Amino acid sequence: MAKITLDNLAHSYFPTPKSEDDFALKELNHDWVDGEAYALLGASGCGKSTLLNIISGLLHPSQGRILFDDQDVTHAPTAERNIAQVFQFPVVYDTMTVRDNLAFPLRNRGADASYIASRVQQIGKMIGMEAELDRKARGLTADAKQKISLGRGMVREDVNALLFDEPLTVIDPHMKWELRTQLKSLHHEFGHTMIYVTHDQTEALTFADKVVVMYDGRVVQIGTPQELFERPAHTFVGYFIGSPGMNVFDAQIDGATAQIAGTEVALGAGYTPKGGKLQVGVRPEFIRLTSDGTGVPASVRRVEDVGRHKIVRLDVAGREVSAIAGEDDAVSTDTNGITFDPKGINVYADDWRVAAEGEAA
Amino acid sequence: MNKTVNQKAWFLVLPVLVLVAFSAVIPLMTVVNYSVQDTFGGQFFPLDDKLLWFREMLQDDRMWGALWRQLTFSGIILAIEIPLGIYIALNMPKSGFWASFCLVVMSLPLLIPWNVVGTIWQIFGRVDIGLLGYTLNKLGIDYNYTQDVFAAWVTVIVMDVWHWTSLVALLAYAGLQSIPNAYYQAAKIDQASRWAVFRYIELPKMAGVLMIAILLRFMDSFMIYTEPFVVTGGGPGSATTFLSIDLVKMALGQFDLGPAAAFSIMYFLVILLISWVFYTVMTNLDKRDGV
Repeated sequence: MAKITLDNLAHSYFPTPKSEDDFALKELNHDWVDGEAYALLGASGCGKSTLLNIISGLLHPSQGRILFDDQDVTHAPTAERNIAQVFQFPVVYDTMTVRDNLAFPLRNRGADASYIASRVQQIGKMIGMEAELDRKARGLTADAKQKISLGRGMVREDVNALLFDEPLTVIDPHMKWELRTQLKSLHHEFGHTMIYVTHDQTEALTFADKVVVMYDGRVVQIGTPQELFERPAHTFVGYFIGSPGMNVFDAQIDGATAQIAGTEVALGAGYTPKGGKLQVGVRPEFIRLTSDGTGVPASVRRVEDVGRHKIVRLDVAGREVSAIAGEDDAVSTDTNGITFDPKGINVYADDWRVAAEGEAA
Repeated sequence: MNKTVNQKAWFLVLPVLVLVAFSAVIPLMTVVNYSVQDTFGGQFFPLDDKLLWFREMLQDDRMWGALWRQLTFSGIILAIEIPLGIYIALNMPKSGFWASFCLVVMSLPLLIPWNVVGTIWQIFGRVDIGLLGYTLNKLGIDYNYTQDVFAAWVTVIVMDVWHWTSLVALLAYAGLQSIPNAYYQAAKIDQASRWAVFRYIELPKMAGVLMIAILLRFMDSFMIYTEPFVVTGGGPGSATTFLSIDLVKMALGQFDLGPAAAFSIMYFLVILLISWVFYTVMTNLDKRDGV
C-alpha cells in the first residue's frame, strides 16, 4: 500500500506533440492518498484509461513523474510496481482451471503453496465461484470470466494499489451490485488504495470516498460526491453528474444579482468574475415552478414521471431546462415561471466555477 | 411448412455425381483395376490371387524402407519448421512498415514453383559451380550430396525448411495477431514470465492455426516428390527415395503397373487415415472451445 503522487504528469500518443490538443492527458498534479477509494469518472475517451495505464506502468508518460511513497517509479516496469489492475473485458487463461487462474499472480511471485491454496479458496468464495474452482476457464460465460479477472486482481494482499478499468461493463445489473459491495468491503477490510474508472456516475458515487472527474484529458474536479453535487467546479461536472444534469443559463452578473433571460435573479452571495463567458448553473433539484408570474418566464414542455419524483422539462427563452418536482406535487398547467433556491446557484466564467465573495476558493 | 416428397430431386445431385465420378472415382477405379491384374507387353492378365500385389508389397523391404524414410523426413521437417516458424512469428514486428515488409519477404519462398526450388538447391549445392557446395568444400567440409547420404539428407531437409517454414510462420503470426492487447497487459500485471506468457496466452491462442500448419506440412511433406527428385533423384543409392519417388520408379521406370497400383492404394489409405486423425483432433479442439 502506498501513496501515489503524480508530479507534472502528461501524456500524448504523438511522438512530438505540437499543441495542448495533442495531449490525451493534460498536465496533472495529484496525490492519491494511501488507503482511499477513488472513482475516476468521465465520458469515454477523456483520458481515464490512459491515466490508469500510466499508474500501472503499462504506458510511459511523455512528461512528469510518478512516485509511490515518494519513490520515483516513472520508468519502473509494471512488475516492480506491484499493482493489480482489472480490465474492461475479461482476461482469463483459457487452458488453466479457475483455481489456477486465481493462483497465477501468487505463483508468479513465488508464494507459499499452502498460503496460495487458502487465499484462492477465500477469493473463490468472495466472487461466488467456489463450486467452479476446478473447472477449466475456457467456455465460461463472459461475466464468470470477468469475475475471475476481478478475483485475480484481488488475490494479492500486498499490492500498492488496485486499479479497475470499468470492470463491471459486462456484468449483469444484479451481480454488479453484489460485486461492487464486495469491492467496498474488501476496501474496508484491507485498506488498499483503489482507483476505479467508470463512466457510470452511480457506480462512481456509490463506490468511492473521492470522485475524480475528468473531461477532455484534464482533471476538472476532485471531491466527495456531495461536493460534486453541490459545488460543481466545471459546467461539465454539473452536466455529467446528476440525473438530469445541471441547467446552465447564460447570464450577466452584477454583484449579488444576475440577469437571466431578462429577469433579475438573486444569487444569495456576491460575485466579481473577471470576465469571460458568464453562466449560472442550477441543478434541477433547486428549481421551483411558479404560476403567478414571478421568476424567470418558462413554459412546461412535458413531464416525465420516473417513480420517486417527476422531471419537468421546461422551455426558458427557447432552451430546455429541467426541474424536479416531488412525486406528489401537481405540476400546474399554468406554470409560467421558475425561481431558484439561492443555495443551489453556482456562477461560471468560461465553464469554470467562480467562488463567491467571502468563500474560500 | 409441409414438405412434399419428390424423388425427382435426386436428379439435382446428378451434376455433382458426374463431376466427382470423372475427377476421382473413375481414375481411382482404374488404379484398383491395375492392382488386381498383371501386365505384360501391353496386355492385361487377371490374377488368380486377387491380393497378390498387396501381399507382395507388404512383404517388400523396398516399400517399408521408403515408408520409414518418408516418416523420418516428415518428422524431422515438422520438428524443425513448427518451432522455427513460431519463433520467427514471435519476433516479427506487430505493425507498421516492417511488418508488411517481413510478410512479403516471408511469403517469397512460398511463391516459387517446386521444381524451381529443386533446381535452385541442386545448383546451389553443387561442388563444382554451386555457391554452397563450393564454399563448404573450400572450407574443408566434405560436402557432396550426390555421394554422401548425410549430405543428401541435410540438403533435402534444409531445402524444405527454407521453402516452407514461412508458411508456418505466417499462420502462427496470424494466430498471434488475434490476441487482444489486454491479455499481454494482464500478464504484466500478474507478473507472468516471458515463458508463462507464451505457455498460457500465446500457445493456446495459436493452437488452432498450429494444428492446420502441422496438418498442411505433414501431408505436403508426406507426398513430397519434385524437390528431392530434382536435387538428388532419390540417391545416393536409395537414401532419399521417398514414397512418391519410389512409386514413380516402380510405375514408370520398371513399368510394374500391378504392384505400383497396389502401392498407390495403400499410400492413399495411409494419407486418408492420417487426415482423419487430424480432422478428429481438430474438431474436438473446436468443440472444447465451444462449450
